[in-house]
Amino acid sequence: MKRREFVQQSISGFLMPALLSGFSVKALGNVAKNQSGDENTLVVIQLNGGNDGLNTVIPIDKYGLYKNARSNIAIPETSLLKISQNDNIGLHPSMAGGLHNLFMEGKANVIQSVGYPNPNFSHFRATDIWNSASDANQYVYNGWLGRYLALQHPAYPNNYPNAQFPDPLAIQIGSTVSTALQGPVSSMGMAITNPSSFYNLVQNKVEDAPDTLAGKELKFLREVANQTNLYASSIRGAAGKAKNLVTYPNTNLAGQLKIVANLIGGGLKTKVYFVNLGGFDTHSNQVNTTDTTTGTHANLWKQISDAIKAFTDDLKAMGVSKRVVGMTYSEFGRRIKSNASGGTDHGAAAPLFMFGDMVNPIVLGTTPDIAASVQTGDNVLMQYDFRSVYSSILEQFLCMNASWKDDVLFKDTFQSLPLIRPQACGLTPVVDLDSTGEYIYNYPNPFQQSTILVYTSRGGHNLVQIFDNVGRLMDTPVDGLYPEGTYDMPVDTSKWKNGVYYARFQNDSYQQIRKLMKHG
Amino acid sequence: MTFSSKQIKGGLEEYKGEWSTPQITHLLKRVMFGAKPADVNYFKTKTLSQSVDELLKPQSFPEPPLNYYNTSDYTDPTGIALGATWAFAAYGDGTLNSKRRNSYKAWWLQQMFYQGRSIHEKMILFWHNHFSTEADTVSDARYLYKHHSLLRKFALGNFKTFVREMSIDPAMLVYLNGNKNTKTAPDENYGRELQELFTMGKGSDSKYTEDDVKAAARVLTGYVVSALTIDYSFTPSRHDTSDKTFSSYYNNTVIKGKSGTDGMLELDELVNMLFQKEELSKFICRKIYQFFVHYDLNETVEKNVITPLAEIFRKNNFEITPVLSTLFKSQFFYDAQLYGAVIKSPLDLVIGNLREFDVIFPNPKTEFVDVYTFFVEVVRQGTIMQQSIGDPPNVAGWAAYYQQPIFYEAWITADTYPKRVQYTDTIVTNGITRNGKRIQIDVIAFAKNLPKPNDPNLLITDSIALLYKVPVSAERIEQLKRDILLSGQSSDYYWTEIWDTMLVRPQDTMTLVKSKLQSLYQYLLSLPEYQLT
Repeated sequence: MKRREFVQQSISGFLMPALLSGFSVKALGNVAKNQSGDENTLVVIQLNGGNDGLNTVIPIDKYGLYKNARSNIAIPETSLLKISQNDNIGLHPSMAGGLHNLFMEGKANVIQSVGYPNPNFSHFRATDIWNSASDANQYVYNGWLGRYLALQHPAYPNNYPNAQFPDPLAIQIGSTVSTALQGPVSSMGMAITNPSSFYNLVQNKVEDAPDTLAGKELKFLREVANQTNLYASSIRGAAGKAKNLVTYPNTNLAGQLKIVANLIGGGLKTKVYFVNLGGFDTHSNQVNTTDTTTGTHANLWKQISDAIKAFTDDLKAMGVSKRVVGMTYSEFGRRIKSNASGGTDHGAAAPLFMFGDMVNPIVLGTTPDIAASVQTGDNVLMQYDFRSVYSSILEQFLCMNASWKDDVLFKDTFQSLPLIRPQACGLTPVVDLDSTGEYIYNYPNPFQQSTILVYTSRGGHNLVQIFDNVGRLMDTPVDGLYPEGTYDMPVDTSKWKNGVYYARFQNDSYQQIRKLMKHG
Repeated sequence: MTFSSKQIKGGLEEYKGEWSTPQITHLLKRVMFGAKPADVNYFKTKTLSQSVDELLKPQSFPEPPLNYYNTSDYTDPTGIALGATWAFAAYGDGTLNSKRRNSYKAWWLQQMFYQGRSIHEKMILFWHNHFSTEADTVSDARYLYKHHSLLRKFALGNFKTFVREMSIDPAMLVYLNGNKNTKTAPDENYGRELQELFTMGKGSDSKYTEDDVKAAARVLTGYVVSALTIDYSFTPSRHDTSDKTFSSYYNNTVIKGKSGTDGMLELDELVNMLFQKEELSKFICRKIYQFFVHYDLNETVEKNVITPLAEIFRKNNFEITPVLSTLFKSQFFYDAQLYGAVIKSPLDLVIGNLREFDVIFPNPKTEFVDVYTFFVEVVRQGTIMQQSIGDPPNVAGWAAYYQQPIFYEAWITADTYPKRVQYTDTIVTNGITRNGKRIQIDVIAFAKNLPKPNDPNLLITDSIALLYKVPVSAERIEQLKRDILLSGQSSDYYWTEIWDTMLVRPQDTMTLVKSKLQSLYQYLLSLPEYQLT
């Protein structure tokens, strides 16, 4: 059995010894390599409900098509915030003075159209997919960061905290720990709402729990109690050591990030913080009809943008901004076409923001394809797999050894995207983004029974995925190692319905999308 | 997927074993909020079958929630007097509505606290978790009360009729955008959750498609909600009159589009179509199992419990009571392996604790303002422990009932666990004070109801038999006795003497007895064992 299968299957404690030995070999082998980036801290902002990406990052180059697809909620072109990195997009006007400034200062980036094949439209399933980093049809009951932390700390929670790791490995601001932090054996995260006040729990003797279903829960409860007490003093200590140096807006998210800044500034060695903000399920009244730059969605992004601004200013004032990178994510984007209730229904791919001194301040990808006669079911097609984003953050910012990819993300073929400045982990930049050439095309196009895909490999791993207009994966005609050269791949299209399809070509860190048309 | 290695023996055949405290507290703690000593004694005089039959009887409808919020500074602008119900009044304004929502939530928890010997209140909570709606989103307190009444009406009723009524319930229409679902802009929100969460689920045999979501949404176009009538109405011009074709999962059913008010008939056809699927009956039985019995739906459970229960459900035309009756009388349910295997929900902890210790509140008739005020605090306790009545986190309900692999462990974090213990500490030692009145556990009254409270060994073991569902080691009991009840003395007689003295000369030892018992119960309630049920 591969170790990865252990990670997926070992839910209860009985596989622990096997898991431990498997992990520790690897962990020991990496100690020396993991010197740099020890203080790097990731802050994840989860946006619950499914953020409408098309009204967050607006395609200026396709403004007419955008306006046509969502006339009742479109943001006027004149109010969009332009950024120096890219002329094709404009940010939602509510980001003025906040996220927009970070872009202009070179401290933010955006990855367009992040998703995965066969998008799921259920909030719960889609959240599980994002948190577990699984394929759409794969059920995994632990999270990407939980697995990463468990690889680094195979014995956790036994003998934690200790002299080397005195602080929680991950902290969730709030009362419920994200499933992204769930490890194979136990949750790697600790939930807190107020770092300076803890209520002491009865310290439990390490006593054998009965070998029953109740015994399992009893053991769990005792562990939580003991860990809570043990970590309380380090958290309280950190909270007392530093003071927030800027004034935060009086909002939910700003309040959470304020605690995070306080703890980072106070010297807590926690690697990952999770915060979240709900309210993105904007089926109706997403904008005010009198002024579409205002309303529910605008308020949410103002809250995020202002909170991130205060947070990054605070980190800078405390002198710790170089070690912190933040990212946003949501379980899905929303449909391209708006509905008549002034809202949008569950969709697929969406933009993902990152911020911090160490982010590579680029706009990655092109604006999404929008049909002139847009259908209700049309979705934003994925350009980047969300696991490529995770993989890049793990390697380039948390300095994870590339050989762990397979264990943490179940595949080692996810692209390495240029999201972080190379010095964050002392890496040398290897990514070459040539977006001028044509690396995939097909003929004939339009076609009927079949078409031939022609793609040009620069060596390494090549992948061609074909999606329909809602994001369903129709075919994966190419998935393997190909030497440099140009290749033909005939595709049988006889069973496809007439319409628009997309061939997504990925060659290591590079990818390109080709639009295909089937005519009857 | 199996999450635990333990297999439970037996199936749905009727349990014939011992019927005493362990079995009775197991049943009562699962189907009610806590096991009151008086209720345990009551059911000892009945058989298992009689007990379950009695517990499955619905309770009569309570008085609706009241205006407790009029003060010298505030008067209900719609003219509802202090002590009268606002449930059918005009909306008023936002400030008033938020006071009414507080009244509604406090009222709901009162129903749980004052419950009769019935599963009814637990079933209402079950359905609240199932047909989850959020008061924050629905907003109008009158819709919330109406929605609650629907849960109450069908809690032990016919699930098929329930689904039909729920689909046009004003709160649900608002919550999942049914009121914005029109032929020109179908809104898929309800059409999706109706299948994913309310009837079909996401099991491997549930194979409805995205197109089925869209088709169901189109069937349900045309409904709107009126704040004047506090009811739904149907607007034919908003209804999609074209035919709706479903996938092969539903045998390619076509629901003929109908115009005029006949459009409403399509809902019945939709419900009929859903209830043709065997998967629906299994899905509901699985949810009942996970809520009342245990989270682990392994193959044995699926074969020995879910499949036969689902068959009973279908044979009884989707009446819920026969399913519950079979389950709670079954050999399977009384397997000791299941005792204490569930982590209490916050409301199980708080309401169960108040009931088990018979905490005395002010008179609900004459001092209702005080009672509501106390229950606002009880609502708050549930909320900070992450179970806000009326406001589950989302349409899937509370994560503890679906989040694999942790399930009930989702209730317990470094943040919520200390809050649980802070609550039990407070209710034992200082109580909660509002408007100069106090609610607190009366430790002496509780001990007096035990069979032999002057024996320190029995005092502890009898308390544990009522409060815990997991065994405690003899060493731990000995230590509790010595450290707390005997103040380090070695003779049991020390405790017997101060207890017996208290009965005849309270002024001599009552303070001492009380402080020792408070220490004892504070400690017992703070141990992890008390979190299990």
